Amino acid sequence: MRLSYPASVKIVKVPCTGRVDVIHILQAFEGGADGVCLVGCQEGDCHYVAGNIRARKRVEYAQTLLNEAGVGGDRLQMYNLSASDGRKFAQVAREITDRVHALGPSPLGKVSGFAFRVSGSRTDDNG
Amino acid sequence: MIVADRKPFDEIMGMIEPYRKILLVGCNECATVCAVGGTKEVALLASQIRMKSQVEGRHIEVDEKTLERQCDPEYACTLAGTLEDYDAVLSIACGCGIQFIAETFPERKVLPGVNTRFMGVTEKHGVWAERCQGCGNCVLDRTCGICPVTRCAKSIMNGPCGGSQDGQCELRNDIPCAWQLIIDRLKARGELDRYSEIEKPKDWSTSRDGGPRKRVREDMKL
Repeated sequence: MRLSYPASVKIVKVPCTGRVDVIHILQAFEGGADGVCLVGCQEGDCHYVAGNIRARKRVEYAQTLLNEAGVGGDRLQMYNLSASDGRKFAQVAREITDRVHALGPSPLGKVSGFAFRVSGSRTDDNG
Repeated sequence: MIVADRKPFDEIMGMIEPYRKILLVGCNECATVCAVGGTKEVALLASQIRMKSQVEGRHIEVDEKTLERQCDPEYACTLAGTLEDYDAVLSIACGCGIQFIAETFPERKVLPGVNTRFMGVTEKHGVWAERCQGCGNCVLDRTCGICPVTRCAKSIMNGPCGGSQDGQCELRNDIPCAWQLIIDRLKARGELDRYSEIEKPKDWSTSRDGGPRKRVREDMKL
């Protein structure tokens, strides 16, 4: 189809949106993302039965945490579309990019890159 | 397990306001099971604090640590030698764990990140409910395993009271009447005749009325 979507969108592949935890979303924002978008299968079509339903609930919770932290929950959005619907995906990518453009840069300001943490330790990259 | 709620985020930020470097400590026991203070929640709260302080142009450094149990000297002591680096400790264990860390390190500022609620069970995923008040004199053998002390709003020992309506407590309609539950279970077991046995007034001295409690087993003391 050779569809284009904004180059500012970085894709992180997961086997199912049910794999995405709230901390992954917060880490993306701490790592410098201006917005995060979860793209899952249509509700009712989950190969793992309820992965995308759980993801939706986690997105709602993450929005609350982001609002509390002053980052803004509206920078996070979830979409449901079929894996075969490339056209819709390109449209979603443009839509989230426009939304983030309208919101402006993340209030977290300039950060150096992703910082992955485990309990009790911290590793920063210098990217 | 002991069930808690995370304190409102603004309250937590207010508490840590004077400090620059915080150690956020979780607990691998009850606080983990009730999804309020385990490794996962430590990471989430630390991330939130970092983001909030960044948004406000402050710099609060938050390190993360989760102990096996905060209410046990064996694990609480493992923080020795590390706390000197921090202005304060923010604990998201239950009230017992928070107090025990403060007791173990009395010279350190230890702050609570949760409100401890009750001793309870996981009714289903994401739903916890109170089941025991630790009255110190269990009556579950006489009440078909349903605790009237905890589950009856009035803790009456010979119920139900006049406020029981359609099996619900008059206090809120999402609270089942404990005595209705007891009667239903007695009926189901064919033991309804036991309902006529009158429970004598309860001795509350074994409960909180007797002051803070302590249990000692001499054979276990080292």
